[in-house]
Amino acid sequence: MTDLIDGLYSLGDPIQDTKAPAGPIDKKWTQRKFEAKLVNPTNRRKLTVIIVGTGLAGASAGATLGEAGYRVKSFCFQDSPRRAHSIAAQGGINAAKNYKEDGDSTYRLFYDTVKGGDYRARETNVYRLAEVSASIIDQCVAQGVPFAREYGGLLDNRSFGGVQVSRTFYARGQTGQQLLIGAYQALERQIAAGTVEMFSRHEMLELVVVDGKARGIIARDLVTGEIQTHYADAVVLASGGYGNVFYLSTNAMGSNVTATWRAHRKGAYFGNPCYTQIHPTCIPVAGEHQSKLTLMSESLRNDGRIWVPKKVEDCEKNPNDIPEEDRDYYLERIYPAFGNLVPRDIASRQAKNVCDEGRGVGPVVGDKRRGVYLDFSEAFGRIGKEAVAAKYDNLFEMYKRITGDDPYEVPMRIYPAVHYTMGGLWVDYDLQSTIPGLFVTGEANFSDHGANRLGASALMQGLADGYFVLPNTIRDYLAAGPFPDIDESTPEVRQARQQVADRVHHFLTVQGTRSVDSYHKELGHIMWEHCGMERTAEGLRTGIDKIRELRADFWRNVRVLGENEQLNQSLEKAGRVADFLELGELICIDALHRRESCGGHFRAESQTEDGEALRHDDEYAYVAAWEFTGTGAEGQIGAPVLHKEDLVYEFIELKQRSYK
Amino acid sequence: MNLTLKIWRQAGPDAKGELVTYQVQDISPDMSFLEMLDVLNERLNDEGREPIAFDSDCREGICGMCGLMISGEAHGPEKATTCQLHMRTFTDGDVITVEPWRADPFPVVRDLVVDRGAFDRIIQAGGFISVNTGAAPEAHSSLVPMEHAMRAFQAAECIGCGACVAACPNASAMLFLGAKVTHLGELPQGQPERWGRVVAMLNQHDLEGFGGCQNLGECSYACPKGIPQDVISTLNHDLRKAMAKGR
Ligand SMILES: Cc1cc2nc3c(=O)[nH]c(=O)nc-3n(C[C@H](O)[C@H](O)[C@H](O)COP(=O)(O)OP(=O)(O)OC[C@H]3O[C@@H](n4cnc5c(N)ncnc54)[C@H](O)[C@@H]3O)c2cc1C
Ligand code: FES
Repeated sequence: MTDLIDGLYSLGDPIQDTKAPAGPIDKKWTQRKFEAKLVNPTNRRKLTVIIVGTGLAGASAGATLGEAGYRVKSFCFQDSPRRAHSIAAQGGINAAKNYKEDGDSTYRLFYDTVKGGDYRARETNVYRLAEVSASIIDQCVAQGVPFAREYGGLLDNRSFGGVQVSRTFYARGQTGQQLLIGAYQALERQIAAGTVEMFSRHEMLELVVVDGKARGIIARDLVTGEIQTHYADAVVLASGGYGNVFYLSTNAMGSNVTATWRAHRKGAYFGNPCYTQIHPTCIPVAGEHQSKLTLMSESLRNDGRIWVPKKVEDCEKNPNDIPEEDRDYYLERIYPAFGNLVPRDIASRQAKNVCDEGRGVGPVVGDKRRGVYLDFSEAFGRIGKEAVAAKYDNLFEMYKRITGDDPYEVPMRIYPAVHYTMGGLWVDYDLQSTIPGLFVTGEANFSDHGANRLGASALMQGLADGYFVLPNTIRDYLAAGPFPDIDESTPEVRQARQQVADRVHHFLTVQGTRSVDSYHKELGHIMWEHCGMERTAEGLRTGIDKIRELRADFWRNVRVLGENEQLNQSLEKAGRVADFLELGELICIDALHRRESCGGHFRAESQTEDGEALRHDDEYAYVAAWEFTGTGAEGQIGAPVLHKEDLVYEFIELKQRSYK
Repeated sequence: MNLTLKIWRQAGPDAKGELVTYQVQDISPDMSFLEMLDVLNERLNDEGREPIAFDSDCREGICGMCGLMISGEAHGPEKATTCQLHMRTFTDGDVITVEPWRADPFPVVRDLVVDRGAFDRIIQAGGFISVNTGAAPEAHSSLVPMEHAMRAFQAAECIGCGACVAACPNASAMLFLGAKVTHLGELPQGQPERWGRVVAMLNQHDLEGFGGCQNLGECSYACPKGIPQDVISTLNHDLRKAMAKGR
């Protein structure tokens, strides 16, 4: 039997050791901090650490390493570190403080995260995340982060993302902004102190690896076009997620994979690239001009009821004219126990199913109506319009501004959108990638969320990595430094610079006919169609062929105007899209090889009788860590090599999730 | 709808700029203002003309990256960021001028893109609470009364977009400054550095070339986050106190 996956990848050695210390799970982190070598304070000044990214994961690490006395060089492509995409997070941040005495604990947060991730996360890392979570809140409060409070002056918590305890700290709908401003101010304080040097409007375009170690980056000054080499003793990538490979997502316009992808090309394994999270409550696509999708906070599902018409012919009607008995509250019908509060992956897939049946609402986009109603009329009756407004008014207003419809009068329309990527560069317990000296934090790594992330856990992870984990693990590596001086005559440096210069030159001289954006849009269509909410072997195989064709055309036929020596936004985008075009193929290969459904990865071939995701723990309880094998030529990738890291569940028993 | 756009084009910081007229057709009312510019840019690229440079990132009204003077108003006619402005606000046949923020401390980088690094330097001067990672006490060790928590939050909503400066005839950044001084000054954690902070930040503000405040209120009117003008009163109050303490 020939298989669609044949020839697309080969199997390499398994990953045996993730470097977590032995012993009971609640002692491992203490043990590791003790064993990790210390760096004498006077030596710290001689050690340089590059940090790419100033989101929660990067700004927190930059500030902390600066305070410790290392020389930090910090990079972001926006005009200020405060604008990193973390700023957009709305809902909240989890921490096992148990302020509500509702039975929360480090162990329960650990358990919920592993279960929510559909048993595809590494136990040791997740436990540590839960363990340090409480310190994050202390740190942020001390920085002046204005979390929501109760009348007595204590911090308020809410329950979020389908868990049964209230452990989510929040600052209205702007938690990400407030946390990031806290980290940003801490970073600015170190810039003033001279420990951190900031490079805004700079983009990392290549990693420098010398003698097998990460020793620096090649960056382009986005204002002048200057190609610069920055040297360091260690490099940290905190460059965020790659959801924009789908073109339309809730990510910011500039979010990209370039930093991690260039590192992947230089030898860093890419972990679980196919695990992407599709968020159920976003404002639907309005037309072809759409440039991004806007998330509506998940909290709306606490009071809004989701429905579509029972009959296809009702879909064009005014929803207020459709009588109760002709409405299908499908989540309440299928999942009586959890109803509208089922986890994100399930809510998203069911919305797709009803729209595929032709029962979607709103404008026809492409070939179908892609929207479902989120209706508050029951809540208006139950608690009154005013009470609903007190909770959600800012969201209702935002919805009205974007769509022109008033949710107090007609139900909202929502549809799932790509939101978060659980995959990322593979890291060990120390957050070190397979390239020594290259560390990866935040959404850029693959680590803690398995196949599905719970709400309010990304902010927690970013800050855990940056404030508490990385600063303790990186010192073990830096203790062997400073490493020998390198300069532009070092062959690896010269080669990396040349590669960047050649790429820029190519884009500016190919003078084709199609814009970068048109390629990005087409790639997004392919990914959504063939590697979106539901994936099949044939669909993925077709997707791979289409991506290859598109990529070849891109390198021959893209049109980028202007010069290098100027602010050139098309040129910036060209590099990002070039890397997305390679990543897209790897995502599809990963999705094709994983013949099971788990979390956000739903393979139509692997479902239970009633259409739920069916895992195959006997075959797939592993992290897929992919090694790049191309020759290094741009636009060409070889068949990747799969290295499996077996997931061993010592403390939590594997179960099939059920929300019925 | 069809519109006439007069857009500021400037090749670089030292180049001379000018308004260039473009016609755009078939603009959907559901588009955002920036999506309308995306459409224009795609067309320019197809015609072999360089696209217009403008900043944006989140396109959700929260990162503060976008910011255009639209027919003389910072962020245009709605109380929202440029990225949250939708074309249904305009009518067929409108003539719209689009310019970058105009203020000496925000030099033009290219077309509609400006350099707002001055804001970062003001924060560096003192817009923070000095607490090293790991040194924080337990979060519940100090309580914050509701009215202080609310006011701190309201001031902390500032997204650093610079609309206040662009709207002010004096290019004053007092609203930005006042927001930070109020945010940190309302909280118990912000007290130890309160008097030094206001002086240091104000000195940096003046050094960057931002102008003085004449209480015109244009800043607060233009602010997409509705930061109230009274944060400037708080700033002045703290400043007087700091002076009295000999800072
Ligand atoms: C709309 C929205 C709402 C969300 N709400 C929540 C929530 O309520 N709770 C929660 O826990 N999570 C939430 N998330 C997820 C969470 O916000 C992100 O996962 C998290 O903030 C990522 O942080 P980060 O530091 O890893 O990366 P980012 O914040 O994305 O930062 C990336 C940084 O890297 C820089 N960068 C990237 N590439 C380069 C390069 N090549 N060169 C130089 N610099 C580069 C960027 O400039 C930026 O500074 C939400 C996400 C979205 C999109
Ligand atoms: S692009 Fe972020 S606020 Fe407008």
